[in-house]
Amino acid sequence: MKNDLESRPGERATPIIARRKFIRAAAATGIASIFPASLGSLTAQGTAMKAAQLVLPTATKDVTPFKIQVPQEALDDLKVRLASTRWPERETVRDWSQGVPLQKAQALIAYWRDKYDWRRFEARLNAFPQYRTQIDGLGIHFIHVRSPHRNALPIILTHGWPGSVVEFMEIIGQLSDPPRYGGRAEDAFHVVVPSLPGFAFSDKPVETGWDVNRIARAWATLMHLLGYDRWAAQGGDWGAGVTHALAHQRPQGLIAAHVNWQFVFPEKLPDNPTPAERRAIDRASWFANDQSGYFREHATRPQTIGYPLADSAAGQALWIYEKFQAWTDNHGNPEDALAVDAMLDNISLYWFTDTAASSARIYWENTRAGFGGLPSRGRIELPMAASVFPHEIFCPPKAWAEALWPNLFYWNELDKGGHFAAFEQPKLFTEELRKAFRSRRA
Amino acid sequence: MKDDLEHRAEVAVPVTSRRTFIRVAVATGAAGLLSAELGVLSARGSADKAAQIVLPAGTKDVTSFRVHVPQAALDDLKKRLADGRWPDKETVTDWSQGVPLARAHALVEYWRTHYDWRRVESTLNGLPQFRTQIDGLGIYFIHVRSKHENALPIILTHGWPGSIIEFMQVVGPLVDPTAHGGKADEAFHVVIPSLPGFGFSDKPTEPGWRLPRIANAWAALMARLGYSHYVAQGGDLGAGVSSWMAKQQPSGLLAIHLNLPILFPPPPPPSGGYTAAEQPALGQLGKYASDASGYASIQATRPQTLGYGLADSPAGQAMWIYEKFQAWSDNKGDPAEAISLDHMLDDITLYWLTDTAASSARLYYESFAKDFSRMPLDFPVAVSIFKGDFFTPPKVWGEETYSKLFYWNEVPKGGHFAALEQPDLFVVELRKSFAQVR
Repeated sequence: MKNDLESRPGERATPIIARRKFIRAAAATGIASIFPASLGSLTAQGTAMKAAQLVLPTATKDVTPFKIQVPQEALDDLKVRLASTRWPERETVRDWSQGVPLQKAQALIAYWRDKYDWRRFEARLNAFPQYRTQIDGLGIHFIHVRSPHRNALPIILTHGWPGSVVEFMEIIGQLSDPPRYGGRAEDAFHVVVPSLPGFAFSDKPVETGWDVNRIARAWATLMHLLGYDRWAAQGGDWGAGVTHALAHQRPQGLIAAHVNWQFVFPEKLPDNPTPAERRAIDRASWFANDQSGYFREHATRPQTIGYPLADSAAGQALWIYEKFQAWTDNHGNPEDALAVDAMLDNISLYWFTDTAASSARIYWENTRAGFGGLPSRGRIELPMAASVFPHEIFCPPKAWAEALWPNLFYWNELDKGGHFAAFEQPKLFTEELRKAFRSRRA
Repeated sequence: MKDDLEHRAEVAVPVTSRRTFIRVAVATGAAGLLSAELGVLSARGSADKAAQIVLPAGTKDVTSFRVHVPQAALDDLKKRLADGRWPDKETVTDWSQGVPLARAHALVEYWRTHYDWRRVESTLNGLPQFRTQIDGLGIYFIHVRSKHENALPIILTHGWPGSIIEFMQVVGPLVDPTAHGGKADEAFHVVIPSLPGFGFSDKPTEPGWRLPRIANAWAALMARLGYSHYVAQGGDLGAGVSSWMAKQQPSGLLAIHLNLPILFPPPPPPSGGYTAAEQPALGQLGKYASDASGYASIQATRPQTLGYGLADSPAGQAMWIYEKFQAWSDNKGDPAEAISLDHMLDDITLYWLTDTAASSARLYYESFAKDFSRMPLDFPVAVSIFKGDFFTPPKVWGEETYSKLFYWNEVPKGGHFAALEQPDLFVVELRKSFAQVR
């Protein structure tokens, strides 16, 4: 134990071969409780290779405060891996049509290695009150910021893939304390931002069954546990999947939902589509034909794609970076829409938590019964609100939503922003939530 | 240069010295110590100066070629395997989410501690190997001439995730039948190229290397080797190349043999519904589309993005391929029932050492949606269906698609990697089918 603790502090570079020592050191940290309830707990699993596996502190039914402290050894290890990256040859095209161009890939990795500062992000995340609690057998990580304003409306914001809680960091303050950001106290929210199961600092499920329906039930339990009896839900991407599932389930206390991805498809495509319908159909077909490779792989073999992404930091980064380019509102470069540091905050979160496979598994869980099994289809009675950002992957016409959502109370089509709406356009996104829920406040 | 050469000996090179390793390898090539070998590595002008294999430039001459991977590359592989970081365990008890973690660990452990690349290297170097430039691209191939007069020249084309490794066990029996239980008049002159972007063939640097272009290149290769009459054989993407050859009908091509014919039910669907003989294959197509084509979908759309993880992680590259050995070979759950671990790793290591994950995936980008589908052929076609393959179309589809189908046999054992799984049966199929065109 003594030896282990000796190797803990200090910023010296740790060669890759010292990983076993790193694991022992980190485990000792957790046991020694030097960083109570922090990420310090890493242990080696009983595998032949004794590779580093992050094991979070066991969650209980209590709501336990949580802070993040990635061991320096993990940061050093990342740098060594990035410096040792072996690259494929250059793509044979002049655009992103085969994936991230080599030159862009190498620039991103060089920045990650030489300039990016995880500790900056860690401090920023730790400035928010974070917790873990066990729900339905699984430890769930969440940020919970209570508004100082009376009558604030509780809201649970759910990210998707390849997003994370990082997407919402800019808007948490604006939502919870509007007067500090030029807004009105009566627009305030109590904000709950969980990490999906298998993502970031939530536990990784060890059994099947964690589809959006089960996650939605867990979210309802969480809101109840936090003492909220009148609350709203919001989400995009898989977060929209969870939010639609909540809307179908209508747990006690849920008064309305807002989605920035609307899962509304007509039973039968119109014979003579309107221009708006034509656009939606074309985008859906474009996604199916050209954009869905990652989706199909995640949905069928999440474990296999997990091997390269768990082992190669560059591989993990570019798997995600491609989506920031494809799905944000940009002129060709993702940096038009998102800061490199912000993208790397998100990418680093996936990397340090080794969640490539466990996050991909959400596709496997939700497509086992085929896409028709998604809870997105069918009528939703819950009052629904929607903001349509123009560079979203799929932008349905309002008529399609009206056909399925009889209590649609807010619909707005914006002129900028894409799939990562809160991340790309935090001010607009915040304004959307304020406007949408104004009519729902008690 | 002196410093570099000093490093050339077989010292273990830590990962952080990869730049040294590159300089060493360049020096090796420049010094001409290992002429016409794989020893030629040079750093591309990238920011990270990562190792990139640069093969000796192909010319229109047919230049002999031998494989010698620098020890530093093998050491680097072992180091990466030892330093592997793993995902959590799958949440199922079978292969339905991909390679199970325990199986992945076991394969990598064997690769790291028992596997011997030098063994396959000497097997390869026991065969005459060459490179030549065709249509601007250096093409690697094995070429073994039979001692028998009247031997029939044959070009065998592998697919993905296969390689020339698939054919190692059939070269001897095909070339020298009398030493392997056959007759002299069953002999073949054997040509086994690596597809563009695979093995030791060049990686295309521009788009357009689609299956029809490869078929053209193969015809040029056979002409360059002086063959005026020959046959072609392939499975998987190799069946695609062979089918395109049959469509192009280059001068000299007599017939083709396919062990995975790209046969779908001829449109339109029959009014009376499909027959019982057609149902299993329809079921296989449905299962492929819904559950088994994720790899194809990502390779066909974003080969470069996928390539980053596979180029940097040998465990990742291995599992990307190993999954297919399990899914597509004739086994009851364990791919080692069908193909030995060493043979699987020969193939995997070839992909790893040549850094061809992205370039091989790119053939899907080029051709999977456009050129790799049902193709009616008015040309002599022979088919062997190995019943353990993931797709076993019925004979009626073959008859409706190939007007000159002259051989159809269903082989009870063996799967997608037929020559690798059942070399003896595979050889018998080629002898029997092509007896009719000699």
